[in-house]
Amino acid sequence: MNQRHLPEHPDFLWANPEPKRRYDVVIVGGGGHGLATAYYLARYHGISNVAVLERGWLAGGNMARNTTIIRSNYLWDESAAIYEHALKLWETLEDDLDYDVLFSQRGVLNLAHTLQDVRDSVRRVNANKLNGVDGEWLTPEEVAKICPILNTSPDTRYPVLGGTWQPRAGIAKHDHVAWAFARQADAYGIDLIQHCEVTGFLRDGDRVVGVDTNRGPIRAGRVGLAAAGHSSVLADTVGIRLPLQSHPLQALVSELLEPIHPTVVMSNHVHVYVSQAHKGELVMGAGIDTYNSYGQRGSVHVIEDQMAAALELFPIFAGAHLIRTWGGIVDVTPDASPIIGLTPLENLFVNCGWGTGGFKATPGVGWVFAHTIATGEPHPLNEPFSLTRFTSGALIDEHGAAAVAH
Amino acid sequence: MLLIRCPWCGEREETEFRYGGQAHVAYPADPESLSDQDWAEYLFFRDNPKGLFAERWVHADGCRRWFNTVRHTGTSEFEGTR
Repeated sequence: MNQRHLPEHPDFLWANPEPKRRYDVVIVGGGGHGLATAYYLARYHGISNVAVLERGWLAGGNMARNTTIIRSNYLWDESAAIYEHALKLWETLEDDLDYDVLFSQRGVLNLAHTLQDVRDSVRRVNANKLNGVDGEWLTPEEVAKICPILNTSPDTRYPVLGGTWQPRAGIAKHDHVAWAFARQADAYGIDLIQHCEVTGFLRDGDRVVGVDTNRGPIRAGRVGLAAAGHSSVLADTVGIRLPLQSHPLQALVSELLEPIHPTVVMSNHVHVYVSQAHKGELVMGAGIDTYNSYGQRGSVHVIEDQMAAALELFPIFAGAHLIRTWGGIVDVTPDASPIIGLTPLENLFVNCGWGTGGFKATPGVGWVFAHTIATGEPHPLNEPFSLTRFTSGALIDEHGAAAVAH
Repeated sequence: MLLIRCPWCGEREETEFRYGGQAHVAYPADPESLSDQDWAEYLFFRDNPKGLFAERWVHADGCRRWFNTVRHTGTSEFEGTR
């Protein structure tokens, strides 16, 4: 019998250091947002005595579970500003990080199926244009030209009445994005510490001075929370209540197929969002399961509904097979917009509430959250996304553009 | 798919129900005396525990009645219905 030799292991992209007893900044959560925040702290603020603490493995939560869609065509000024800032960062990210993240600006089509959909979509395109976000309204014929496999005939239950088109939108390879940020953060001397679960916070009066972990206490000048679905659980340990509800969000992929789907198609009305990954899988996202849950799985009828809707829009998908489904835990806010900013406790900062759509914002979040932590003040881009908006009433209601599909 | 015990109809599939979120959130007794913070709490803030959670369901495709359950949000096991 031939001895089989495994190929040489490629170089590790980051070290696995033991946690030090003290850092200038500790980031809780080693997903995309946490890693990007650490990178920008070092890159733009000269703060590299930083640890990113991750209870599982790096980028194994929602960063590993999203459907990788990137776009900035949000309705309100505040949202357009922060998502467009993120999209601009995406456009130079591979050069900045010196790593291929398979960023592909193949465009996003958001379909309209009712008169109200049409009115909302046209309004959103006009708002986007005023905010310098690319977009146009397309007729069903123009939609068919961009995505020929879409069923645009008038004979379906919810005919396609047109759609919005953002050409600069697209997808990226989520794992590569995380690895790229992790590699550069590591190069700056930032400690990326896996299997280190934060169980509470060290306090000195109204000041947070560190975190308690399963590997002992770690002191910190400032602490940034980037824990997505588990944000409420962590904030609870210091008596901070966040307006979040955690839900499962499921997604699924088909087997590898020849390239058939040239863009990203989203439909809030029939509830589909689908693209084709570089490798060839059709990647689809379902809606959230309605009940609160921290179990990273959901109910099968949600997947069934999702596939039924996809089949109505893409009859060609009837020949595809479902290979895998999975779930992640998303933290949803009442206005479907994130919370990024200060907390009632000094030196504790929070980034949460991204719900079903945090991936697209990854570089933008890192950029503004790093600014917030470094300076102790929100950047103008994330100032409107403060926790206090739920008391002041200045909500950023993105349910129309954000709540369903991402 | 959750199996949910309706107090009147017995155990049925999740698709027959709609979710109502946290249970026992009472309308403010004296709304005019509420501060902005109190209103925010009432309108936007709900418990979000990883553990036992008292919540509401309605048997929408069955008897159409509301009821309360206690469910573990980690395992989705129901502790009781009433």
